[in-house]
Parts: sequence; structure tokens; C-alpha cells
Amino acid sequence: MEFLLSAEQLEIQDTVKRFLAKNCESTKLQRYIDEPQNLPTDIWQGLIDMGVPALIVPEEFGGLGMELLNLAIIAETLGYAAAPGPLLGHSLCTQALILAGSQQQKEKWLPLLASGEALGSFASAETGQWFGAELALTGNSLNGSKQHVPYAEHADLIVIALADNQFALVEKSASGLSISPEDVTDRSRPLASLNFANCAVELLPNSSTEAAEKVLNTALILLAADSFGGASRAIDMAVDYAKTREQFGQIIGKFQALKHQLANMAVDVEPMRGLYWHAAYAFDREPEASSRQAALAKAHLCERYLHVAREAVQAHGGIGYTWECDIQVFLKRALFNNAYMGAPALHRKRAADLAAW
Amino acid sequence: MDLSYNAEYEAFRQTVISFLKAHWPVPDSAGEGAADWPRPKKEAWFRKQAIEAGFLYRGVPKEFGGAEQEADILKATIIRDEFSKRRAPMEAPGIGNMMLVPTLLECGTQAQKERFVAKTLTGEYHWAQGYSEPNAGSDLASLRTRAELVEGENGLEWSITGQKIWSTLAQYAQYMFVLARTEPDAGKHAGISYLLIDLKAPGVTIRPIKQVTGGKEFCEVFFDDARTPADWIVGERGQGWTVSKATLAHERSSIGGAQTSVGLFEKLLSLAKGVNYQGVPAIEHPVIRDRLVTLEGYVQSHLYSSYRQLSMAAAKQNPGRITLMNKLINTNIGHMVADLAKDLIGDAALTMPPIKGRAEGHEKWLNQFFGSLGVAIAGGTSNIQRNIIAERGFDLPRDDAQE
Repeated sequence: MEFLLSAEQLEIQDTVKRFLAKNCESTKLQRYIDEPQNLPTDIWQGLIDMGVPALIVPEEFGGLGMELLNLAIIAETLGYAAAPGPLLGHSLCTQALILAGSQQQKEKWLPLLASGEALGSFASAETGQWFGAELALTGNSLNGSKQHVPYAEHADLIVIALADNQFALVEKSASGLSISPEDVTDRSRPLASLNFANCAVELLPNSSTEAAEKVLNTALILLAADSFGGASRAIDMAVDYAKTREQFGQIIGKFQALKHQLANMAVDVEPMRGLYWHAAYAFDREPEASSRQAALAKAHLCERYLHVAREAVQAHGGIGYTWECDIQVFLKRALFNNAYMGAPALHRKRAADLAAW
Repeated sequence: MDLSYNAEYEAFRQTVISFLKAHWPVPDSAGEGAADWPRPKKEAWFRKQAIEAGFLYRGVPKEFGGAEQEADILKATIIRDEFSKRRAPMEAPGIGNMMLVPTLLECGTQAQKERFVAKTLTGEYHWAQGYSEPNAGSDLASLRTRAELVEGENGLEWSITGQKIWSTLAQYAQYMFVLARTEPDAGKHAGISYLLIDLKAPGVTIRPIKQVTGGKEFCEVFFDDARTPADWIVGERGQGWTVSKATLAHERSSIGGAQTSVGLFEKLLSLAKGVNYQGVPAIEHPVIRDRLVTLEGYVQSHLYSSYRQLSMAAAKQNPGRITLMNKLINTNIGHMVADLAKDLIGDAALTMPPIKGRAEGHEKWLNQFFGSLGVAIAGGTSNIQRNIIAERGFDLPRDDAQE
């Protein structure tokens, strides 16, 4: 029994961390969020070069065949940098194809998704709800709409969640597909709405309740991991500020009111790492516990991240309320994590139901 | 990362189970009239067997009565799980095993270890803590109880004079470990020594304090020229502060046991399954379900965080600043449990649980309601914990304090 990351896992996490420290530092981050309509090509290409999109793709389809934990620890690292980019939607698209695609679909798409030659995204939300989709095929084509689809304008293919736990695949070039960008809160992961008018789609024939649940769990775990990274960074930023800002002739970090605020934030955040690790571990190794652990992790980590991000803004004083201070990027990223795939209270309700209380 | 139990560990679990079947409850073969032994005698006998089998005090050398086993989180977890399933006694509770034994093992003389460790392990010796004073709480180093070496009937002795407070269960303890000022001319911290004393010695007066629960778990202890042998000092003269730091670290980590939080949460869940809330079974009420899962998020975070810390410790890695936070995390969970329990028990909160024996109804949760406030103070108050996290964890400057 060992609840630790392996040397290999720590190494890949560290490689990504160093890459982002260079390629997503404050001025670059600010430039990216000023142009949310653009794909952050440098970052995405860097992740591709490091093999990140290939991590969970089975080896027979050109991937590295690794467990979800390996992707989750990268999601943490991206969260720590608030790194803009399409990894979340791309990973959910990949996971849906792995779990529900036909052999032919997998052979066609998975190598391209693993190598980054194709960009994937995932469409789940319909007005007011994230799962239990109602959108359904009429004949062979799709009519209706989906909201909140990450980087949809840049995606080569999008997996769409349909009624009865079915997945369908739509390609960029499909006729009847129109994409409208949303005026998003979190500019590090811009969203768009999809409209389908007699749009040609292709079903993923191995769709099932189980596959849908696993794709959902993948999303919840990646969001939880991102939240741990982001919340840790929010604390680091607040502590750094407390060490440099001076008032009343001393650095403000000497004042107990601020010390205690920072300590409370840390006490919230530090232990959460274990919860998201375990949710990822359960996904790979304890399938019967997986859905509940994923729901619990999403609810707890995303909610705490948002709380800590708000505290971190306060700890920065006036500068924290400005656009140019990076903490606002984290605050908004926390809002995304909180809302995407269902609010914490919804997942708490699921966790209670799943425990058969 | 692997939380599974391999064949070796499953075999170990079977060994533990067979041991328990043979030794708890205490079998008639244990000795003359074993069935009628008083509980403490049964426990002492059982602990002795469990130590010999390698299940208790695994980190304590055999020389001093421990089991001296290689650190193994999984084995420790299996032992704890199986012992608690069968309600068998674990390590003897109390400050002696939590604080004194680790301190003696680290800083004590051979004679001190031989004399005190084994009997403390089995629960024969009970210890009281002599740290806090009426005017030395969070600022412990300002303590004023003094000790000086004097010529006594049996050679050189320490003569101790002063007052200690908040000594848990001192009225039932045989011995106390005391921080006393032995070097009046040295600085605040450098003047303190760590002494052991027999509480039956002349000049010691113990007065229990009635606390918020009505019970008397704490005492004031007065020393008026109370004597203890010259060699009952742990560490050198003036080194007591450093010696006591070793012990406080042990207390913090022991109070920080995540398993306690998990157990507490499970009891709260059972409570929610057994009471009504606003006219419906509490466990079916959406507000209660939401609050339970919210709390469970903290509890499970703490649990898996402790798995990580134990794994790191076993791999000789430093878990970092999280180790400074365990006590506050545990305390916070205790407060949240108390808060939800208070809402679940409703009017049972209007009657106090009995001071001795078991409460018949849900008023027993008032012990958690009040007790969680005690935990937030004992072993370093929550605000002191926050200072420690900020100053040692984040390297923020210390408050201006007068030396």
C-alpha cells in the first residue's frame, strides 16, 4: 500500500510545470486572456510535444495507455498556472471515443487526438442541465442546441451527449452545424454554443449508461484536480503579496489577521489533494466507488477553490480587484470549475444518493 | 499508488484475526479467575500478549517493552481495523503514551527508559502533564514554577515550588512530567528543565477543576517544596524547552489522527439515520443530506491526506507544511460535527448527559458539542495553530513578542 505519485508521475508533472512557468507567466497569461477567441497555440503545442493528449489513449491507438491519475496530475498543474487551453474538452472527447466508439471510429480518431493533429471537444450542457440530455436524433440528423462547449470553434470534432446516454460525433465541416462564441467569464477556457439544423452526426455505437457515467466522472475528476492546482496557486499568490506589501511600517504578512486568513485558506486546500488523488485512483482501480468519489471530489474541491480564490482577492486589497492582477483569472477559473458539469450542491445530492443513505 | 492489500498483507490480517480470537475477550486460560478480573487487569494482560505478538507499540524498542517492528502503514491499518472490529484495547490511552514515552525514548537516560517506559505502555503507570500555569498558557515559556537542587535525605534532590493547571486526569495519575524554571538567571526559554515527579510526594496538592460539562477531567496541581530525585531530569539542565518541543510535536500529530474524524463522521451518520428533522427522517431531508456530504468532503480529504503523509513518512520523505495543519483540520471537523449534531438532536440539547456512565438519549452528543471546544484549546489553541502555519509553513515574520 502506497498513496504516493511514482517517480515517473512526478517527473512528467514537473516537466509540465516548468514548461508552464516559462510559457504561461503573467504577461503571457494576460495576453491570452485578452484574446480568448484565439487558440493558445504555444501552450497547446507544448502539451502535445510532452505527450499530454496521448496519456489516456490506449497504446494500440497510438497513445500511452496510462491511467486517469496521470492526466489528473497534469490538470492540477494546468490549474496551478490557470493555463488557457482545450485539454478539458479534448480529454472528454477522447474518453468518450475510447469508451463508446466503434473500432473503426477509434482507429480513425484516437491516433489523431493522441498526436494533437485533431482537436476534440465535448458538448454536454442543455439549458439548465449538464447531464440527462434531452437532445435526440430525428432520423439520422440532429436539430436543437448545446451550450458551453469548450473551444468549439477550434475543434475538428465534437462528441455530443444525447438522450438515453447516447453519444454522437460531429465534425467541424458538418452541414447544419453553427457555432456562436459565448461572452465567457473564464477566458482561460472559452465556451461556445452549438446549433444543429438537420445536422449530420455519427453515433458512437458502444454508448451506454456506464460509458456516459465514466465520461462524466472523468470531467469531475479533472475539474477537481484543476481546482486543487488553482487553489494552491491562489494561496501562494496571497502569501507572496503578504510578504512584499508594506503598511504601517511593516510587511502586512506580519499582521495576525492576515496570517490567520492565509492559514485558514491553507487548511482548506492542503488536504484536498488526497481527495482528488483518491477520486482518480478509484476511477482506475475501484470502479464501484468511482462515481461517488468523483462527485464528492468535484463538489468539495471546486467549492473550496472558489472560496479560497475569493479570499485571495481580498488578501490582495485593491490591486486584487483589478483586471491586470492575475488573481482575477483564478477567481474566474474557479467559477468555471464550480459550474461546469453541475454545481457542487448537485454533486453532493448525487453523492448522498449514491451512498444509498 | 496502490491501496490494495496483497497476499502477504491478507495473510497478516488473518494472523491478527486469529490472535484476537485467542486473546480477546481474555480467555479463562489467562490465569486464576480471569473471567472476573477487573477491566484494567484484563487490558494489561491483553496488551502484554499483543506486544509480544508484534501488534502494539510497534515503534518502541523491545528493550523497553515495545514490539519493535518495522514501520508499515498497511500493517498498522490492518491492526487498527481488526482490533476496533473486535473492540480490543489498543495502546493505553493518555498523555503518558502520547507524550512521555516518545520523549523518554528520544531524550531520556537508560535508567529512565527502563524504569518508566514498559509500565506506561501497559497502562500500569498513568501520567499527568505539568506544562500550563495560570499565567502561562499559549505563552508557555513564561512559566514560573521553579525547581532548585537541594540536599535531601537521599542525597541531592529537586525542590519544586509553584502551580500547574489543566493537568488532565492528574487526580488519577501516579507521576507527572513538569516544566520548571531551574536557571533563574538564564533567558526565558533557556532557564527551563524537564523533570519527572511522583505525585504522591509530600508537598504536592491536586485539586480537580469542574469544567463546562460538569465533569472534572482537569486539575490544578500545587507544589510546595515537593521533592524529586536529582536524576529525574530529562535532558540537561536548561534544555527542558527543547525536550518539551519534541513532546508537543507528538501531541499535535496524535490529536491529528484522521481516523478519529472518520469514526466521528460515521457516528453522526448513524445519528442522522435514527432521528427526525422537521418532521421527516433526518437522513431523507435534503438540507441534512447536503450538510452531511459537505462535511464528508472535509473528512475524506483529511483521511486521504493522512494516507499520503503516512506513505511519505514511510518512504522517508518530508510531507511539508501539511503536518502543521493536522490539528486544526481535525479541530475544524470536530466543530462541524458538533454543529450538525446539535441540529439533529433537537430538544435533547436541553438536558445534560450524566457525568459518569452512559447517556440514555441523544444528549450524549453534548459531549461532542462541548468537547470539541476543549480540543480546540488543548495542545495549542486554534489561533496558535494558525500562527504556526503562517510562521513556519509560510515563513511569515513572527509577531512582536516581549522576551
